[in-house]
Amino acid sequence: MEHVVIIGNGIAGITAARHIRKLSNKKITVISAESDYFFSRTALMYVYMGHMKFEHTQPYENWFWKKNRIELVNAYVNKVDTENKTLLLQNSQPIKFDKLIIATGSKPNMFGWPGQDLKGVQGLYSKQDLELLEANAPNKEICKRAVIVGGGLIGIEMAEMLRSRDIPVTFLVREASFWDIVLPQGESQMINEHIREHHIDLQLNTNLVEIIPDENGRAKAVTTDKGETIECNVVGLTAGVSPNINFLKDSGITLGKGVLVNQFLETNIKDIYAIGDCAEQHRAIGSRRPVEAVWYTGRMMGEALAQTICGRKTPYNPGHWFNSAKFLDIEYQTYGWVFPADSKKEHEQHFHWRHPKEKICITVAYHKHSNQLLGINTFGIRMRHKIIDRWLTEEREIGYAMEHLRDANFDPEFYSRHEKAIVAHYNSTYGTNLAPKKKSWKRIFSNA
Amino acid sequence: MKAIKYIGLLIFLIGLSIFTLLPLTGTFTLSADNLQKVVTDQNLKSEIFVQELENTVVDKSFNGVSALSSKITTALENANAHHRKNKEYNKVMYVGPHDMAATLAKASGEGFLVNNKILMWFLTFGLGIIGALLFILPNVVLLGKKGIKNDGIYHENATNRGWIAWLVFIYLVSFYLLLYFRPEYAVNWTFTLDPFSQWLSGNPAGHWFVYGFMYSIVMTVMAVRMYIKYRHNTYQMVRTTSVLFFQIVFAFLIPEIMVRLQMPYYDFKNIFPLDYDFFFQWNLRSLLNSGGIGLFILVWGIALTLVAVPVLVYFFGKRWYCSWVCGCGGLAETLGDPYRQHSSKSLFSWKVERWLIHGVLVFAVGMTLMTLYSFFTASNTVIGIKTQSVQNAYSFLIGAIFAGVIGTGFYPIFGNRVWCRFGCPLAAYLGFVQRFKSRFRITTNGGQCISCGNCSTYCEQGIDVRAYAQKGENIVRSSCVGCGICSAVCPRGVLNLENGPLEGRINPTEVLLGNDVDLMDLVNKKS
Repeated sequence: MEHVVIIGNGIAGITAARHIRKLSNKKITVISAESDYFFSRTALMYVYMGHMKFEHTQPYENWFWKKNRIELVNAYVNKVDTENKTLLLQNSQPIKFDKLIIATGSKPNMFGWPGQDLKGVQGLYSKQDLELLEANAPNKEICKRAVIVGGGLIGIEMAEMLRSRDIPVTFLVREASFWDIVLPQGESQMINEHIREHHIDLQLNTNLVEIIPDENGRAKAVTTDKGETIECNVVGLTAGVSPNINFLKDSGITLGKGVLVNQFLETNIKDIYAIGDCAEQHRAIGSRRPVEAVWYTGRMMGEALAQTICGRKTPYNPGHWFNSAKFLDIEYQTYGWVFPADSKKEHEQHFHWRHPKEKICITVAYHKHSNQLLGINTFGIRMRHKIIDRWLTEEREIGYAMEHLRDANFDPEFYSRHEKAIVAHYNSTYGTNLAPKKKSWKRIFSNA
Repeated sequence: MKAIKYIGLLIFLIGLSIFTLLPLTGTFTLSADNLQKVVTDQNLKSEIFVQELENTVVDKSFNGVSALSSKITTALENANAHHRKNKEYNKVMYVGPHDMAATLAKASGEGFLVNNKILMWFLTFGLGIIGALLFILPNVVLLGKKGIKNDGIYHENATNRGWIAWLVFIYLVSFYLLLYFRPEYAVNWTFTLDPFSQWLSGNPAGHWFVYGFMYSIVMTVMAVRMYIKYRHNTYQMVRTTSVLFFQIVFAFLIPEIMVRLQMPYYDFKNIFPLDYDFFFQWNLRSLLNSGGIGLFILVWGIALTLVAVPVLVYFFGKRWYCSWVCGCGGLAETLGDPYRQHSSKSLFSWKVERWLIHGVLVFAVGMTLMTLYSFFTASNTVIGIKTQSVQNAYSFLIGAIFAGVIGTGFYPIFGNRVWCRFGCPLAAYLGFVQRFKSRFRITTNGGQCISCGNCSTYCEQGIDVRAYAQKGENIVRSSCVGCGICSAVCPRGVLNLENGPLEGRINPTEVLLGNDVDLMDLVNKKS
């Protein structure tokens, strides 16, 4: 029986394991040093905030693995011996494999800041990081202030977590506005406001210079490039993540930023594959980045690779880009591509509407000449994935999207709808005379 | 703000303490006149019982209801034993000994409490309401910006099965046991509500009036909490208003007003088989003897079960009842909201759920068929089984223990929908329709799910919502009551309660939206 070994029990590795089991009878082993069972990394913040217990982050009950004959090994892989198809484990017997899937995810970026290894300085990625934060910042008496460095998704989540325990937070963001390398200006601006509403001390255009230790080797303050010294007990380093592949050095597997793979997720060595955050495409797919550290891409790579391993060679071929996040109380969804001013192409134009009172807005990107819809960002409005995906495939014009916006709305019943206001704003901006159409189940469920 | 909360908590606890101690206090003296009145009212024919009470109780002063109660229950049991032995069945009293004790205690209360009913109402219910509101209202400020506010739920003793939760559990279970099985201890509470009951229905308050009043007040106060907590979510606001309206108007006020108008006591939204005694002989007789309104209620009740349930569930799902109208659901969605996370999500619980709830449905329907057979044929037994015994067993096991003691008492430990999920026969029936013929579903939004598990954690019905959402499947489970909290707590906008066309409602997919189209075709063709 062919033995498929998967390193990493995150969403990519586990999805691959589950689908290989669905499609075949192969022997499957999943190795992880992080946790005994698969859990949702995305939910770690809710454990700290008291919304959930750790067990709630585990999507499958513990009996699931045995029942589906997926063997779980809690161990750390020191080295991959590609010639003998063997994994060398720390404190455990080596494991032989016929096929190997590397799904080891990411690790927090450290940019060699002075003091980055002090006690009280940490990232937020793994289960161990969560436990560390619980120890470092159990309450506002022990952690009198925390400084978070890096204005991305993990940074704002960490700020939200600490604020849930009333811990004062200073948030150092390198950019001129929060996450403005991804978000257009109006949206980024709105999130700045919202961060401050939550009493987070947001410092834009500010870089960390140094973390200062106390006599016990614990962080006691940071200095910034604005010349300020901020006393704190915890420093959160959340300046992005990068592939967790140190153990593969000298293994013969070609590495770039991540494990280099082709669209079939194959590495340079036969029978060895890489998926999820740690995989790097030789050539980026569409406007996607070569390394995609996103939950659902990990899942999709796992689904595609399972097909390949079970004899149905299938490329990883993601459809239209989409993603979502939540910034404190504001939900964010994106479909297609909406680029900020710095990185958008010359032909990309934006239509932006913001609610006069609430933290609700929408940005629609379209082609200057053809009016073709390129992407939609919404804040505080939920959109129906299926509909916008279809519009993008059908290369609809922005006017069509405006008229049929109600079909794409996914807000709960009784919510105030904003289509009228959005289309009115569109009409007054472009001198058009569009009227929003009523929601039609027929259109929503038609596949034409 | 925090200070106001603590003061509120203190006031609430003072009110609760007085309320709790009340059943142990008071002086009771039964006068010969009052005894005679009860004997006449209840048409008691047992001279032995009356005589024994005259010897042991009448004109004697009892401190606390327990001394009085034991005399009455003994007298009643002795008298009944005597009559049964002598085959004087017309003299046997079929009223429960503790109900008799409650009736007589009500007629013999005296002293401070009875003379200061309104003051005592204020010191119990009044302080409770004021304290609870003071505890809840500061949250308008303390919770900060509107949005999901579940911070600390698993850090708080009370909402994480700590000792406070266990105390509440014991308190609620004891309260229900007392209410169902020792109503004489509730008599002192009924005095405090006499003025209100007199005003409403013209009668003094009984212990079920106390319960109905408390139920409505608790729901109102906890609805205020819901309005504050979910103020960003219009669905929750509207739904909370709906359950509150149906409880106060339909379950509490209308039946009392009907009594005042000499009509039968009837809750127009209580549907058979949840309303399990609707077809009991005494109820059918009472309806048939009440003229036009009785007949109307009979037709209405049958139409609710046979027409309203399937039609409305087809259009809206079972939520139209379970989380918008039903009283049990109403309490669960207000008082029970802080405990919704305790419902077990395991596959094992789901198996238990299906056996239990469908078992109760079979029990209820079987019992009703026996009842109707007995009613129309005037025979007391069906294939050798006494209809009355089956009814008694159901009333005790399901009506009192399951729906009441377990249903509400278990909130703090097993979640707020224990009865609705495992026991309610109406929920089982609504669920059948919802699963097989309904426009309702919870739509999963393409590939946006990140498997965080908020939806599953906060599903009060113990549905592992995430298991469906992360596969891109809609949720069409029969147990879903459509409370909408999974959709509310989802950080990525994945879930939405919708009434859409039947086509595409159930959508098993192996590969989610977002992945390559050819792959989807490939996989779906294969399956």
